[in-house]
Amino acid sequence: MGTQYQDRTMAIPEIHPEHKEYWDAAAEGKLLIKQCDSCGEYHYYPRVLCPYCMTEKTTWKEANGTGSIYTYSVMRRGVSYAIAFVELDEGPKMMTNIVDCDLDTVHINQKVKVVFKQSGDEDNPGSFVPCFTPA
Amino acid sequence: MSIKGLAYIAGAFEHPLRKAPNKSVAALHAECAKGALEDAGLAFADVDGYFCAGDAPGGVLSMVDYLGLNVRHVDGTDTGGSSYIAHVSHAAHAIAAGKCNVALITMAGRPRSEGRSGVKQKIVGANVPDTPFELPFGPTAVNEYAMATMRHMHEYGTTSEQLAWVKVAASHHARHNSNAMLRDLVTVQDVLESPIIADPLHKLDCCVVSDGGGALVVVKPEIAKSLKRPLVRVMGCGEAPKGLLGGKTDLTYTGAIWSGPRAFEEAGVTPQDIKYASIYDSFTITVLMQLEDLGFCEKGEGGKFVADGNLISGVGKLPINTDGGGLNNNHPASRGGIIKVIEAVRQLRGEAHPQVQVKNCDIALAHGTGGGLASRHGSATLIMERV
Ligand SMILES: [Zn+2]
Repeated sequence: MGTQYQDRTMAIPEIHPEHKEYWDAAAEGKLLIKQCDSCGEYHYYPRVLCPYCMTEKTTWKEANGTGSIYTYSVMRRGVSYAIAFVELDEGPKMMTNIVDCDLDTVHINQKVKVVFKQSGDEDNPGSFVPCFTPA
Repeated sequence: MSIKGLAYIAGAFEHPLRKAPNKSVAALHAECAKGALEDAGLAFADVDGYFCAGDAPGGVLSMVDYLGLNVRHVDGTDTGGSSYIAHVSHAAHAIAAGKCNVALITMAGRPRSEGRSGVKQKIVGANVPDTPFELPFGPTAVNEYAMATMRHMHEYGTTSEQLAWVKVAASHHARHNSNAMLRDLVTVQDVLESPIIADPLHKLDCCVVSDGGGALVVVKPEIAKSLKRPLVRVMGCGEAPKGLLGGKTDLTYTGAIWSGPRAFEEAGVTPQDIKYASIYDSFTITVLMQLEDLGFCEKGEGGKFVADGNLISGVGKLPINTDGGGLNNNHPASRGGIIKVIEAVRQLRGEAHPQVQVKNCDIALAHGTGGGLASRHGSATLIMERV
């Protein structure tokens, strides 16, 4: 029973110049987030200006890669998948998918850890993107 | 500058079709424009301001050319389904500033004929900053609103039964609208027994996918008073885009918490003064959250507020969407904001269906939420008065 996770063709993200480090790290299984050198706040998705104090002085930091589910929804049309927002230990929430588990057991406040899945398909492989699985 | 009383809505038209396989989107815009101008008693030659959003093929330039307009003010603001409510505000400002005297707003589309729906992945153009970090995860209209629903349920105890009452109210009203796409009365049980599309939203929590459109004509006071239609005056407007706040994301409220107070302050009224409200109903949750955020009830009390028929005209305290709304009547181009203003105008004129007409309807509100509740959306609030 349950709704086991199935691999799904994920849209290939467009690589913008200022995100090269992010995608290179993702290919090595690392989740990078931006921290502001001025106000100290982390933000996500990464920008060239801190969205809180607008300084251009921001630094890539490797996230712990763990957090908890803020909210989610399992799509019941077509191939089921669980879209979610995960709140990282560092604070920011990020849109993601919950993978490699029974999707019927996903719940708010569940502890999760990052796992990378490759976007695109065999014929047209894309970047690895950060998904989460129960910790 | 306050726009209170400086512009009037003189013409309103909702296209009667809900399926239009044999008409182009531009043709639907033109038919809506003609309908609204005829309703006002004005001609195309009177129009000197034109407003449209992302549904308009070719944008402002193609549409002005296609419609043969000779205008001195244009505005192509696009905030999704809330655009047209913002357009009324922008038109009022332009009129107050002397930039135009007769503003035409059109919208139309045919997602039904083109096979689009809210479970399909969004298509977004190149270079949009957020899409690399979202599109791989399959955001759609329905699962975005579903995530907001899930969190609202978690924080406030909102239930699927309470949400179902929003659909029940819409179905009560749609029975009296011969153009409505869905006219059958449904019960709370019917909603709960309809299939889940994306947890926790059922099929009957979702709006219709319809072809069609609508148009509005906003004019300066002297022109409105020279026409033969009942006078509907713009009292106040508010706008607010809301996004993911750099990761300080909170999906339990909408931009209405900002646009609502701005509109109420400009109008000089409170939620208690509103006799009728058009509340954007892309999904049942949209209504519930907007009612809280606009101040019709306390935050978190939306579930109790919408239950037990409270939104049904003649039954409850706050009649909403008496045309059947997006849930039952019409959601053309998957953008319902213009229909929200049109039904409010009908109510203020006393031209709603007699079975749903609100008695002594002197002040009405139209509010739109356009875009995604779990990404970025535009909020627009408009308060109008019959004089
Ligand atoms: Zn900063």
